[in-house]
Amino acid sequence: MNLNCPIPISDYPKVTLAHGGGGTLSNQLIQKMFFSQFDNELLNTTHDGAIFNVPSNRLAFTTDSFVVKPIFFPGGNIGELAINGTVNDLAMCGAIPKFISVGFIIEEGFDMEDLWKIVQSIKVASEKAGVKVVTGDTKVVDKGKGDKIFINTSGIGIVVDGVNINPKNCKPGDKIILSGRIADHGIAIMSAREGLQFETTVESDTAPLNELVSSILDVSKNIKVLRDPTRGGISSALNEIAASANVGIKIQEEKIPVSEQVDSACEILGLDPLYIANEGKLIAIVPPNDAEKILEAMRRNDYGKEAEIIGEVVSDHPKTVVMKTTIGTTRIVDMISGEQLPRIC
Amino acid sequence: MEICGGQTHTIMKYNIDELLPDKINLIHGPGCPVCVTPLEMIDKAIAIASREDVIFTSFGDMLRVPGSTLDLLGVKANGGDVRMVYSPLDAVKIAEENPNKKVVFFAVGFETTAPANAMAAIQAKQKGLKNFSILVSHVLVPPAIEALLDSENSKIKGFLAAGHVCTVMGFHEYIPLSKKYNIPIIVTGFEPIDILQGIYELIKQLENNRAEVFNAYGRVVSKEGNIPAQKLLSEVFEIVDRKWRGIGVIPKSGFKLKDIYSEFDAEKLFDVGEIEQQESQFCISGEILQGIKKPQECSAFGKECTPEHPLGAPMVSSEGACAAYFHYYKRIN
Repeated sequence: MNLNCPIPISDYPKVTLAHGGGGTLSNQLIQKMFFSQFDNELLNTTHDGAIFNVPSNRLAFTTDSFVVKPIFFPGGNIGELAINGTVNDLAMCGAIPKFISVGFIIEEGFDMEDLWKIVQSIKVASEKAGVKVVTGDTKVVDKGKGDKIFINTSGIGIVVDGVNINPKNCKPGDKIILSGRIADHGIAIMSAREGLQFETTVESDTAPLNELVSSILDVSKNIKVLRDPTRGGISSALNEIAASANVGIKIQEEKIPVSEQVDSACEILGLDPLYIANEGKLIAIVPPNDAEKILEAMRRNDYGKEAEIIGEVVSDHPKTVVMKTTIGTTRIVDMISGEQLPRIC
Repeated sequence: MEICGGQTHTIMKYNIDELLPDKINLIHGPGCPVCVTPLEMIDKAIAIASREDVIFTSFGDMLRVPGSTLDLLGVKANGGDVRMVYSPLDAVKIAEENPNKKVVFFAVGFETTAPANAMAAIQAKQKGLKNFSILVSHVLVPPAIEALLDSENSKIKGFLAAGHVCTVMGFHEYIPLSKKYNIPIIVTGFEPIDILQGIYELIKQLENNRAEVFNAYGRVVSKEGNIPAQKLLSEVFEIVDRKWRGIGVIPKSGFKLKDIYSEFDAEKLFDVGEIEQQESQFCISGEILQGIKKPQECSAFGKECTPEHPLGAPMVSSEGACAAYFHYYKRIN
């Protein structure tokens, strides 16, 4: 990896409006910073868009915008988040991610060195996920009209033959598998944003999940739902599934992995980990007969080592998620309204 | 009655009623600091936060509480500089970093949060800050317990006292109250198992016709409490009558800044002392906060009043009884 920023820092330590103006400086930025790193034959045609052949399979297409603050956080930065987020959205469609577009909206005065770090992360994350950045765009907005850097990524993936991911396929008895411990990303962001001092830093779980998905589709094509529980946490994901499939969902608190640090942070701040964002976890809803082999396949993958069967789909209480608590009662896991705000005391 | 809104949330969230015999009826108390902050205080906060020369800082919980026309998040959306902080000391830091702005911290809460707020005033004085001030709306638990027990409507047989408040203040203040009203008071924590232990100790006393103060949260609370924190309080604050939302004025139930700290009093600095407001006629938060009615007995509950469109603070705060009932009660029962 080339760790030296190729733009002459002494000349342009900050991004200027001219870097988005379409002239020489724009061209220099694009050539030296982006093309040199994302280098591939589709991008290198320097056309207005990428032109490519696709097999006759179904395609999945998704887009996501990243405005995370702070842009560098424990365990990652906005660049790899932007790749992993779109890779994961494609993977949750049962697709193999192939091509990605990256659009930058940069605030005038943004550090060129930081942009370089972000570009490096995008390069590493896209290589890790096996996707190509084939087209992109850069805009620079006036100082004060943005917040450092926003990134939009869109992606195209090829849906695996024989796979039909659709929450409406859920039936009572289906098992719910969670790929690992929850709420790391949200707490990592919050700790960096608010300057909370933890004895050990909680790191974001940002990760590409396409290989994990491929490995479970290899053992069963009968997976009914795949969902990455990002904003709103596993609560929102499960509530959305229950609502769209018109089924009830019952989960067990003791089966849901939460790290001790995250648990403590949530207790101090008055937050519920079920509502906190993840960036490298998935929920799979699978037929009961396939559950064990899917769980085993998941646990063999680096990003699924702590996977657990956390509950099942039920015919009772349609559109509602309930949880058997560790003290033996049953509680409702409601959809959150707005954002969780830390309590006063 | 569980005093603290955090305890109400634990009870509702974990559906602790499911484990209790029907005869035990848990009544939520007034211990939600956001909920008991009077409407006019929210309007004062909004008036200050709307000024262009102000950075208004607050705990997150206050931001969604409705004033008479909008909430603090609404002020932010209109361009106001409203910032969520986790500690009043962060607000002091913001004041140091922004000498050209007036930085105001909204000091809401019971005895639990008051020491840190007192520390903010002390630090600001030490640093000689001229651009930092505090909008004080602090309230105290023991006078509220007394007001509840003096009410003719009271059906309370025992209290689960708020463990966090006792962490600061200890529990010696409750001993004369327990004697005067012949009522058991159990210092109780916030985890489900803490609540169950508190209830167990309370029932044991009631069955044996005893009325004492018992500390069921010994891992955190001592009789004397946190003495250095109490010293901070007496250095900075003095006890005054305070208005409680929906309840009215309770004598000697809150704090104000002492005269030697009046240079940090936002109410005086921004001349908002005169703002008076009437509560919504549809919101029965007063009866809710005194435990006279349960949230689902309100005609607006879940209809005109939801967490997305709250009529009163108890529906929006993370410690509010109405919010607890809305999220956890409606569909189980």
